[in-house]
Amino acid sequence: MKSPGYGKMPVGVMVSSAFLLLVLVCLLFPDLLAASPLKIDTSLGAVPAGSPGHVLGTDSLGRDVLDLTIRGTRSALLGPLAIALGSIVIGLVLGSLAGWFGGVPDWIISRYADITLSMPTLLLAIVAASILGGGYWVSVAVMIILYSPFDIRLVRSAVIAQKNKPYIESALILRLGTPRILAVHIFPNIAHIILVNFFLNIAAGLVSMSSLSYLGLGVAPGDADWGRQLADGKGALFDNPMASVTAGLAIIITAIAVNVVGNYFSERTTIG
Amino acid sequence: MKRAAGYIAKRILELIVSLVLLSFVIFSLLYIAPGDPARQLVGTKKATPELLARIRESYGLDDPFFVQYKRWIEGVLHFDFGKSIRTDQTVIEYVAPHASVTLQLVVMALVLSVIFGLMLGIVAAKSRGTKRDNVINTLALVGTSAPSFAVALLFLYVFALKFGWFPIYGIGNGSFGDSLRHLALPSIVLTFGVSALIVKITRSALLTEDSKDYTTFMRARAVLPARITFVQLKNVSAPVLTSTGLVLANLVAGTILVESVFSIPGLGNLLASSVTFHDVPVVQFIALALAFIVCASSALVDILVFLIDPLSGKARSIHKISTAGEKNR
Repeated sequence: MKSPGYGKMPVGVMVSSAFLLLVLVCLLFPDLLAASPLKIDTSLGAVPAGSPGHVLGTDSLGRDVLDLTIRGTRSALLGPLAIALGSIVIGLVLGSLAGWFGGVPDWIISRYADITLSMPTLLLAIVAASILGGGYWVSVAVMIILYSPFDIRLVRSAVIAQKNKPYIESALILRLGTPRILAVHIFPNIAHIILVNFFLNIAAGLVSMSSLSYLGLGVAPGDADWGRQLADGKGALFDNPMASVTAGLAIIITAIAVNVVGNYFSERTTIG
Repeated sequence: MKRAAGYIAKRILELIVSLVLLSFVIFSLLYIAPGDPARQLVGTKKATPELLARIRESYGLDDPFFVQYKRWIEGVLHFDFGKSIRTDQTVIEYVAPHASVTLQLVVMALVLSVIFGLMLGIVAAKSRGTKRDNVINTLALVGTSAPSFAVALLFLYVFALKFGWFPIYGIGNGSFGDSLRHLALPSIVLTFGVSALIVKITRSALLTEDSKDYTTFMRARAVLPARITFVQLKNVSAPVLTSTGLVLANLVAGTILVESVFSIPGLGNLLASSVTFHDVPVVQFIALALAFIVCASSALVDILVFLIDPLSGKARSIHKISTAGEKNR
């Protein structure tokens, strides 16, 4: 059902897409926008926004907040992208296995998904990331494992919905192999579902990863990362609140923009 | 009745399996964790090999994995979680005061979320397509997308620092009124994030009811709008209850981060600091306790939903509405 409230989204979608483009530029070409490297200037310390040469001021190490935020884009978004991608790959493989073959594989995979789904994701991720003491990519791996059951279920039910349709029956009569039917015939027909979920996964991954980095997990001290910047900037809240407020806004606005675009896709595709 | 018993039994079995698995995951994570617990136990004393060996022996640190796991589980089943490495108190004694702070915060946020979530959800559904509906939808979108700690920081900056309406951090002098004042802003932050789920689900469930025959019939009979809404609400209690269960799960995760922003000495902060200190028994206990609350409440909600509406295997499909929110519970 299309809810009327979302019908008037396009302006929001346009603004969100434009913002995401900007984020993409920051991600791919950080040098373009943040020309000066992250120069540490402890004698300067945290100066408030509007100081000469520093539009948004500096953090307690004297680093330019705007540059730091632009640099942080990479760390903030590469992980979520990897999470969404990894989780979709696992979802596609296990989901289509379960959906297509049914029976024992379906039972095993579905029970696995049920049980993983009932676990508190963020709590486990925090405990796992902090205990394993690993770097950024360990957190990403943990998150992929915890996110994948959503995609497994999604792909499974989408495959089941397709598998009894006439075009699949004809493909079976033509004796096409299973991998071919799945890859060439079924996947294109469920691609829109996967795309939407990919977007929502990025948004959720952004929240999860920045939560971890806010707690100091997954990123080294001093790294440019929005979560980390927010945590570090909290100490200088009185001197230059912009240090952490900018990072907070960056996280919030990016997460909203990704969700808006994802919702928009989802509406477009479910109607048509 | 037989079906109900069967469903409840199945759901409880599922809960037990998840809990056993969780306990295993939590235990093995801490087992393979880098860092030597014996060294932490020595503390500031000089770590002679003999001392280390004695500690390893008395804590059974050299036993095989499954022996240690079995010992731990046996303790857990008798509510014996060992002693904190940091303070030498029993874990329960040590954690209890922190838990009460978190409990206060979570209960406040839960009550606020249910009240505001239901109210805004009803208002949005009843005034759909209007400006009011759009505003509520936008707020709900922001609430579900934005991470709690970032919202917490913004609220801290605006409402506590700029306007000075709330204290900035801590829980005050310990009196009930003062801690209420200190926990107000954190619980508002939590509410902002999690009530959005209730708003969305209430709204879309009510809109579905609006197009059903019984609503049309009631309208035709000129039944008061408030009365129609009341009947509709009764009919959507299953999905709304499910969303409340999700809210509780989200709150547990959210509180870890929000406590950290506001420097509230609750379970979340204790978990974070115990992890840094490698205080294994405390980390195990908090992780297990929080996981238990999340899993048990979701099982309880599923069972309640089934009892309210045995025909709905829909309890699960509701999850879809909130994928983004649920992943970060």
